[in-house]
Amino acid sequence: MTDHVKLTMAQALNRALRDALAEDPSVVVFGEDVGPLGGVFRITDGLTADFGEARCFDTPLAESGIVGMAVGMAMNGLRPVVEMQFDAFAYPAFEQIVSHVAKMRNRTRGRVTLPMVIRVPTAGGIGGVEHHCDSSEAYYAHTPGLQVVAPATPADAYTLLRAAIAAPDPVVFLEPKKLYWSSEEVEFPTGAPGIGRAVIRRQGTDATLIAYGPSVPVALDAAEIAGQEGRSLQVVDLRSIVPFDDETVCAAVRSTGRAVVVTESAGFAGVSAEIAARVTERCFHALAAPVRRVTGFDIPYPPPKFEHFQLPGVDRVLDAVDDLQWEQ
Amino acid sequence: MPSAEPVTLLDPAGRPVGGTPYAAPDDASLVRALGALITARRLNDQAYALVRQGRLAVYPSSHGQEACQVAAAQVLAAGDWLFPTYRDTVAAVCRGVDPVEALTLLKGDWHCGYDPTEHHVAPHATPLATQLPHAVGVAYAARLRGEPTVVMALCGDGGTSEGDFHEALNFAAVFRAPVVFLVQNNGYAISVPLSRQTAAPSLAHKGVGYGMPGERVDGNDMAALLAVLGAAVERARAGEGPQLVEALTYRMQAHTNADDATRYRDEAEVAAWVERDPITRLRAHLRERGLVTDDQLADFAAAAERVAAALRDGLNRDIEPDPAELFAHVYATPTTQLAEQAALVADELGREGALR
Repeated sequence: MTDHVKLTMAQALNRALRDALAEDPSVVVFGEDVGPLGGVFRITDGLTADFGEARCFDTPLAESGIVGMAVGMAMNGLRPVVEMQFDAFAYPAFEQIVSHVAKMRNRTRGRVTLPMVIRVPTAGGIGGVEHHCDSSEAYYAHTPGLQVVAPATPADAYTLLRAAIAAPDPVVFLEPKKLYWSSEEVEFPTGAPGIGRAVIRRQGTDATLIAYGPSVPVALDAAEIAGQEGRSLQVVDLRSIVPFDDETVCAAVRSTGRAVVVTESAGFAGVSAEIAARVTERCFHALAAPVRRVTGFDIPYPPPKFEHFQLPGVDRVLDAVDDLQWEQ
Repeated sequence: MPSAEPVTLLDPAGRPVGGTPYAAPDDASLVRALGALITARRLNDQAYALVRQGRLAVYPSSHGQEACQVAAAQVLAAGDWLFPTYRDTVAAVCRGVDPVEALTLLKGDWHCGYDPTEHHVAPHATPLATQLPHAVGVAYAARLRGEPTVVMALCGDGGTSEGDFHEALNFAAVFRAPVVFLVQNNGYAISVPLSRQTAAPSLAHKGVGYGMPGERVDGNDMAALLAVLGAAVERARAGEGPQLVEALTYRMQAHTNADDATRYRDEAEVAAWVERDPITRLRAHLRERGLVTDDQLADFAAAAERVAAALRDGLNRDIEPDPAELFAHVYATPTTQLAEQAALVADELGREGALR
């Protein structure tokens, strides 16, 4: 049976949690304000009412305790899905995530596994104040043992969150806050691939834009404008930062011979640097120009009235595309 | 409020002490505990010697603290869980973990050595207090399923200063998770004395702030430990929530072989604790009451020697590193990138082999 429904990303995430709770009695959802309030972004709206306090509940306000308790619950047969209210509020849980969530399988040679999801509302573009707009993916992607996922569409938000909850390994699930209210017609089942596969969001022949999460709509907008100006840009949506889909990304870049990586997170030692390096190492002889990056600047995320300087926009992306040595 | 004086059932000479609300443990439990204590002491001293022989990379000795660890394991039922620290090898072994496996990590191998699910002993790890929220999670998951599991979560006096100690106790109390938090207060966090960890009247007093009972117990008195921890476990199992227990004990040896304890404590202080040794105390008590014979003591010593011999044999076998294993358990299925990296190492080793 298929059904079509128009959903925002927030609604798609809620539906994913709802369906997972209904299908698997081992799934539990908890965090700060996720109970009766439904989360500050309403992602868990109605879950406590519909599934009960044992399945979706509020915790004390302590992120390390939340993630640490999830580790123990996963050790004892449950599939916890925890919410870190905002990106920068996840940092108190960093030791638990890096030293235990990521390493338990390895430390125990696979005897103890941690099927758990850490949901992190991520990145900026919503006029948020300090500590509410960080792009933290590099920290997590740099930690062996974590899977790091970032959806860019409502359909993918649903598909990837279901896949993350079902996964045998812990997943850091990065939800781009500015896309919570973006909507599309979603068909169920979505038919989208699971974690670890990138997809081509827009076909193109002249250059490849590589993006994930909050930067995918920027790349698509840039490609649309470039198309009107006679340049055909392909857009790759990574969906999954770890595992990284070298195959799809490199095949895409080889098909066009030019690449621009677009990320909202800071460029220095960031995920964009890793992508540029991987593409350069693997596709060097197919490249007509050096791989360019358009990223957030290496500054603390600026306050609302300045954030448009920080966020990679369509013009900055198109300027980078213009620099890809078209003259010869 | 915790009692002003730690709960004591036996004085240092092994004579019964009255005036506590706790009933003495049954005789069989005390005899069993003495056997475990004698093995535990032998294990500590054998491991210490194996470090000097280069067979262990490091060993945080619990010589002097064995009663706390034996009791912590002995009061648990088969389905319960133990969350040890790196100084709690003895507790893990008392729970059934093979001593050689329990020391695998400290030998210098890349994994914890034992299957945590076999004896319900969590892998010991070196970050302080981070295992305590895990203990709460295991306990709460069991409670959600209506299972009677109780979790014994261990930490030291230094660990009580960590944020995760606070968060774990607070979560446990809020969710009424069946956890017994046992703090082995041995007076020092490596070199730093308790006075630099807390200004509280005692560590057990911290329970008040979380809304859970705190109890102080003589950590070198096996009878008192079994009584206090046993009561805490049964209370948790009955659904009455978590408890904090502070056991006052002393680490007779340095923090590890790499530590020099003479830089921070006096010989006289150490000597005073010799007289409070948990083994001599329990042995004197059981002999006085005729509950243990010389033959039985000889059997206990022989059993301890067998454990020591097995430890020597096991640790004298060299680790044979297989680098492929390092890539095998990072994820359920290695990523493409890890498969490439494993192949790179295999190729290097293949070429080294070809050159030989």
